[in-house]
Amino acid sequence: MITLEFLVASAIGVLVAGGIYLSLRGRTFQVVLGLTLFSYAVNLFLFASGRLVVNRAPIWSKTVTEYADPLPQALVLTAIVITFGMTALAVILMLRSFLETGSDQVDGVPCDDAEDEPS
Amino acid sequence: MVMGRTKAVRPKDEFVPTMPISLTLFILAGLPFVAALLIAVLADRGKAIHAGIAAGASALGLALALSLANQVLAGESVAVSAAWVPALGLDFSLMMDPLGLMFAGLILGIGLLVMIFAHYYLAQGEATGRFFASLMLFQGSMLGIVLSGNVLLLLVFWELTSLSSFLLIGFWRDKPEARQGARMALAITGGGGLVLIAGMILLGVVAGSFDLMTILQSADVVQASPLYPVILGLILIGCFTKSAQFPFHFWLPHAMAAPTPVSAYLHSATMVKAGVFLLARLWPVLAGTELYTVVVTSVGLFTMLFGAWVALFRHDLKAILAYSTISQLGLLVMLLGFSLEAAAIAAVLHILNHAAFKAALFMTAGIVDHEAGTRDIRHLGALAKVMPVTALVGTVAALAMAGIPPLGGFISKEMMLYEALNISLFGLPWLVPVVATIAATLSVGYSLRFAAHLFFGQPRDAEAHARAHDPGTGMLAAPLILMSIAVLLGLAPMLIAGTLVASVAGAVIGAPAPELDLSLWHGFNLALGMSALAVLVGAALLWRHAALLRSYAAMRHADAKALFERALTATDLAVRRLVVAVHAPSLQRMVFAVFTVIVLLVVEGASNGSGGFTGPRELQQAPPIAVVAWLLLVAATLAVLVEERQRFRALIYISVIGIVIALAFVRFSAPDLALTQISVEVVTILLLLLALNLLPKRPKLLSSPKRRWRDGVLSVLGGLGVGGAAWAMLTRNPNDPISAFHLDNSYSGGGGTNVVNVTLVDFRAFDTMGEIIVLGIAGLVIYALLDTTSRGAAGARLRSWQEDMPHSPESHPVMFVMSTRILLPLVLVAGIFIFLRGHNEPGGGFIAGLVVAIAFLLQYLASGFDWTDSRRRIGEHMLIGFGVLIAVFTGLGSLLFGANFLSTAFDYFTLPLVGELELATAMLFDLGVFSVVLGAVMLALAQLSHIAKRAARAHAAHEAELEDKES
Repeated sequence: MITLEFLVASAIGVLVAGGIYLSLRGRTFQVVLGLTLFSYAVNLFLFASGRLVVNRAPIWSKTVTEYADPLPQALVLTAIVITFGMTALAVILMLRSFLETGSDQVDGVPCDDAEDEPS
Repeated sequence: MVMGRTKAVRPKDEFVPTMPISLTLFILAGLPFVAALLIAVLADRGKAIHAGIAAGASALGLALALSLANQVLAGESVAVSAAWVPALGLDFSLMMDPLGLMFAGLILGIGLLVMIFAHYYLAQGEATGRFFASLMLFQGSMLGIVLSGNVLLLLVFWELTSLSSFLLIGFWRDKPEARQGARMALAITGGGGLVLIAGMILLGVVAGSFDLMTILQSADVVQASPLYPVILGLILIGCFTKSAQFPFHFWLPHAMAAPTPVSAYLHSATMVKAGVFLLARLWPVLAGTELYTVVVTSVGLFTMLFGAWVALFRHDLKAILAYSTISQLGLLVMLLGFSLEAAAIAAVLHILNHAAFKAALFMTAGIVDHEAGTRDIRHLGALAKVMPVTALVGTVAALAMAGIPPLGGFISKEMMLYEALNISLFGLPWLVPVVATIAATLSVGYSLRFAAHLFFGQPRDAEAHARAHDPGTGMLAAPLILMSIAVLLGLAPMLIAGTLVASVAGAVIGAPAPELDLSLWHGFNLALGMSALAVLVGAALLWRHAALLRSYAAMRHADAKALFERALTATDLAVRRLVVAVHAPSLQRMVFAVFTVIVLLVVEGASNGSGGFTGPRELQQAPPIAVVAWLLLVAATLAVLVEERQRFRALIYISVIGIVIALAFVRFSAPDLALTQISVEVVTILLLLLALNLLPKRPKLLSSPKRRWRDGVLSVLGGLGVGGAAWAMLTRNPNDPISAFHLDNSYSGGGGTNVVNVTLVDFRAFDTMGEIIVLGIAGLVIYALLDTTSRGAAGARLRSWQEDMPHSPESHPVMFVMSTRILLPLVLVAGIFIFLRGHNEPGGGFIAGLVVAIAFLLQYLASGFDWTDSRRRIGEHMLIGFGVLIAVFTGLGSLLFGANFLSTAFDYFTLPLVGELELATAMLFDLGVFSVVLGAVMLALAQLSHIAKRAARAHAAHEAELEDKES
């Protein structure tokens, strides 16, 4: 049986793997993409700590007794916004360092800035 | 604030017309800082106003201190305490005992005289506002040290003196020697201050309290502690650096680059005396051990000898005084090191003497410099003829420094020599008396030389001699007063200082002082003989000075400044090497290390956990649509990895992942998250697109296949680890979550049915506040990084940047422009709707801020930056700033009603037509959130969208300018 839990856990795993791989590349843009993937995974993980609940939104009502866990949701909501702030800052840092140095490499190797010919 | 101890100490029937002691102490401690602030605010006014405020504050402070004198000298407790950080044992407690009173009197009294002197000394055009403000800041810090009743508070003021003296020494900041001197003083005294902090904290821990009085009474505990040598060593380093004891003495001569009034203040009564003060303050708890006596006595003794020897051969008047100060401080330190009560009395008396004659001498040097145009003693001489009053002051003060009767310096020197006979150092009873006599001899030598070569003999430089004349009364008043005190301290010591010295000595030794008899004549004794010998040989030194000078010049001398600079350079280099070694320029290497550690931690955690990999929780069958979404996500992730260098395509795949995640939030009962995710997704992709516009689109492959395999293995391990952890978590039931509290209290306590929103703006509003501040800071940093790109290398690169993407022939397509303009009001209404419903239905400030930001960004995209920007009324900075302020003040508002910070109040109102309406203060807080989110997002994207354009414009303007010049 394919369960929702398996899908979410494996999706987190796939995102983390992709995030790590991209973060380890030598150019800033890939690192930013890696960070983005990684933050998806982290937010999803945090959210999943409230467990997966279907059709029970945490909107209080007199007649309802069962809700999804609101606390991880509140935490993840701000986390998503902060993730944006962090990504934006990383992007601007990457841009500025590229403009200052003419290189978008972060591997500590002298710049090799020739582009591939458009294919 | 807790007012302790002093409240209601007086009997009720006694009528006391004065202020309560607590208030007096607080005003006394705060006054200099208020004056400093006032002067700083009035910095553009004239010199007279600055000096007037400074002198007025000093005089008022002096009056306040003296108003407490009777109670202090009568032994009453004069103290006040207010809790500051009780958890750390840090109280804002002030106290004044006789020792504090004496120092407060010196700081304020000499301060007053220095302010007056400085008014006449400084020229009209100088930055007198900055000068007097720094001077008052320094005065306040010094006063804080001597009034602190808590050692942690004392440390705060101690550091403040290092900082404010840095400002003062470097006052003439266009002079390199002033800057270097200031830096050196800060490095030595500030560094010593750090060591002192460690020592004081250990002392407080061992004594069990940071309260000064408690510490002073715990000598037994402290001296028996195995930590005693460490405590002593650390505290002594703090004192010795501040009081310029060998081998930390070298900053003091370089601090002479300061304006002379500063030197007169810092090196007579204050800064350098802080170390001596602390030694005296902690005398009851630290002194008396063999270790203390040996270390402190020998350091003081050597410093006294060394300073006096060097002073004999300096030519700059201020340098002579600087080394003599080092020597005299050595004398004080040595006296305190004796651990004898009588020696402590001598030290107290000498502190007074030294303050009087040394301030007078510095002012004399200042006057000579001011009127004759040079401070080099080799170019001066016979000034008594042209500036008789200055000569009188200088000569009398120099004689007091030499210890010639009937001046004050004689009495304290006699007492010093007398006590020196009672001390046996390293088992050698003759060592201290002999060295002390030699040092006294040298002191006589340099003091006599100062007076003789400056004021008598033949003029050596006709020009300086012709220029020189006595200054006006204003400038002479202060040194004359100081000279009179130096004379009176010799002629009538018991009358003017007897009570004070006895009380202060009692406070230093922590017990009633022994019988005190200050007078010039004690009958014939060995000390008198040593003193007479010192005077005779000292005079002989002056007679043979030229020959001595030649042999001194022939000797090799270590240059402390060069050594210091070399040490600084070496440290700098070592730190750089260390940084390069630890902080490799390769991000990859560091990220690799980080991820490896995380993977290992996950492995470690998994192997130590109890229970199986899969928990007992009942799982839910996945519907086919969920499997499809999952496949989409995995495929998109793989696509990003495969096409990482096709950057535009990678962005599209990334957005697919984001949408799948938003859908997952919808599915798993998190509507707020879904809304947030989808709007953040839009903004993030826009941001990446804008940035990518300027970046290389198809970069060359960098990594070798081997490296990619290595990274791939690590990634798979990481993915398995984190995914496995998620699986283990998801298959278990949650541990008693605190969420139930939020659900139960959301409506009844927070007034909203959307529990997520109520959590954000009420239960955990403090978190949210922190988060919007971080977001605001990120926005401002982005602005700072982008606003300066048009300069330097970045600007040049931007100007030469060519559009390398195919563009639409129409830069602002009409359809796009028109549709976005129609959309704007609609989206704004939607935003307001989302904002207003947020408390009860999915929505709220975060989401509304993002939605509105997208609406505005669409205008930028469609109609161009200039068109949109010119129609913008409120700046993004304002949005961020006001947003944070609104949030903070909403929180503070609840304090007014006696509730906790950020508590919410809400009520229901009925409006005609609209119906029932709920208003909650949380909504105001949410408005702050909205404003910050909007501001930060707009700041980042709007700035980014036009940097290339702006650079091009700057380039064009630059070209046009060049053409103008050519034509």
